[in-house]
Amino acid sequence: MLKIHAAKHRRDFTLDVAIDVPAPGIVALFGRSGCGKTTLVNIIAGLLAADSARIEIDAVVLDDTRARRHVAAEQRRIGYVFQDARLFPHFDVRGNLRYGERRAPATDRRIEFDHVVELLGLQALLERRPRELSGGEKQRVALGRALLSQPRLLLLDEPLASLDVARREEVLPYLERLRDEFAVPMVYVSHQFDEVLRLATHVVLMNRGRVVTQGDVGQVSLHPELRTIVGLEAVGAVLSGTIVAADPHTGLAAIAVGKGVLNATLPDARPGVPVRVQLLARDVILAIYPPEGLSVRNMLAGTIASIVEDSVDTDLVSVDIGGATVLSRVTRVAIQALALRPGMPVWILIKAVSIRGHAFLAPHGV
Amino acid sequence: MSAAELEALRLSLSVASRSVLFGLPFAVLAAWMLTRRRLAGGLVLDALVHLPLVLPPVVVGYLLLLLLGTRGVIGGWLYDSFGIQLIFTGTGAALATAVMTFPLLVRAIRISLEGVDQGLEDAARTLGAGPWDRFISITLPLMLPGILAGAVTAFAAGLGEFGAVITFVSNIPGETRTLPLALYTALQMPGGEALAARLATISLSLGLFGLLAAELIARRLRRVLGR
Repeated sequence: MLKIHAAKHRRDFTLDVAIDVPAPGIVALFGRSGCGKTTLVNIIAGLLAADSARIEIDAVVLDDTRARRHVAAEQRRIGYVFQDARLFPHFDVRGNLRYGERRAPATDRRIEFDHVVELLGLQALLERRPRELSGGEKQRVALGRALLSQPRLLLLDEPLASLDVARREEVLPYLERLRDEFAVPMVYVSHQFDEVLRLATHVVLMNRGRVVTQGDVGQVSLHPELRTIVGLEAVGAVLSGTIVAADPHTGLAAIAVGKGVLNATLPDARPGVPVRVQLLARDVILAIYPPEGLSVRNMLAGTIASIVEDSVDTDLVSVDIGGATVLSRVTRVAIQALALRPGMPVWILIKAVSIRGHAFLAPHGV
Repeated sequence: MSAAELEALRLSLSVASRSVLFGLPFAVLAAWMLTRRRLAGGLVLDALVHLPLVLPPVVVGYLLLLLLGTRGVIGGWLYDSFGIQLIFTGTGAALATAVMTFPLLVRAIRISLEGVDQGLEDAARTLGAGPWDRFISITLPLMLPGILAGAVTAFAAGLGEFGAVITFVSNIPGETRTLPLALYTALQMPGGEALAARLATISLSLGLFGLLAAELIARRLRRVLGR
């Protein structure tokens, strides 16, 4: 159980959030730069004092301003992976990894040095100094260092933000492994929706110091305010499903989503694996009759649930496909031409190659 | 070198090294207060620390005499209670030297402390390190180049402290007659020019050596510390 209630007022900025998650997994704090994510994370870590706060992890109260309780940062046992790694330059990688481990209570060492080193692929780096590491390696060491301090909670403040795309791919799979192997709850700060898509079990959408909405990735992906944060191009419903069939020859995987099945090109797809896929609103086509002779691999029947204004010339149409909702961006001209309205049956079409997906073996449930 | 010259050299080295040892803990403390604490009296502390740089050394010696002389406010108490006497002793000379070289120490340490990324201390905090632990395991090692460079510079400067020493502890052969005092004495004697020249040469080489050593140590440490 994770409970984070915090308020802090500054002259030009107010933070006021309440986050309650029963089974944490990875909680993603998602929002634009300057929306208060880092401030909130620093309050959770105990590095910054809030005006009022109540922070609880599994019934351990770390902050309660009303009861005048405030546990010092060094006694909270909350691991923190900073954007800029912050490795100690005068220790080698081993020294950095051992720093927090040595200071953790001996009675509670569930996470073992060798296991972390192996999982994060740090074996070859142990004798190196931080200045001899690449950006991705630094973040992996920082991750290991925080984990070995045997934390109750791990805070990750945009750990990939200072890395280029290729280096990100060096770290992201490790984060997925951590999520799936250790039962350490994490709070993951990001302004990249694809990271959230891949990692999060619970998403908190923040704007100007407040929580806009929170829930699972699927719910949040349908929220109308998301587009102001991720941009029009990145808006799209996130659906959870399970791979029911995978054909290595055609490269196509069939994914059961709600009552329908989607075909997508997924690397290394194996039947039975839970996945998350995102259907970008701009890639989803609507038809009022089932079309024929198209190369499109996906055609699902559904009903229009709502039509909301999206931009100057377009609307966002939500289509219920039976147990799941898909978003489609349609020009207003097309809406009028097809006389689309809520309650109307439609077909949604999307190319298999347009579907972005990731295996998601969340141990805590989605 | 004659016995007198050796004696003066030995005394200078002893006084200078003791002065650095006296001064270091206080200099680290002062540097910490000046960079990390927003003190109400920060400006005053800053001025006090740097005062020996601008005061005539004789004034410093005189003030020390007032405070720490056997009839001084603190010195009288020290003498009556513990029998400790500072005037006319090598320890007194080291103390006077420590006061004079204090600004050099504080400056060097302060610059290195300002260069320590406080984000690293925050990181250490989240890893379970309390205030002292953080200071010993993170801050102090990262300040080391500045501390050592400051210590060597202060040592080299301390070898030559004249005004404050001669005012506070006088010019006693074998006790307080350090290199510069011996040089001064030689110049006062008829026919002492050769001795003075030799003493001056020793001082010059020591000073030069000290400054070079300080720079080399700082460079090497910076490399080891990865900066």
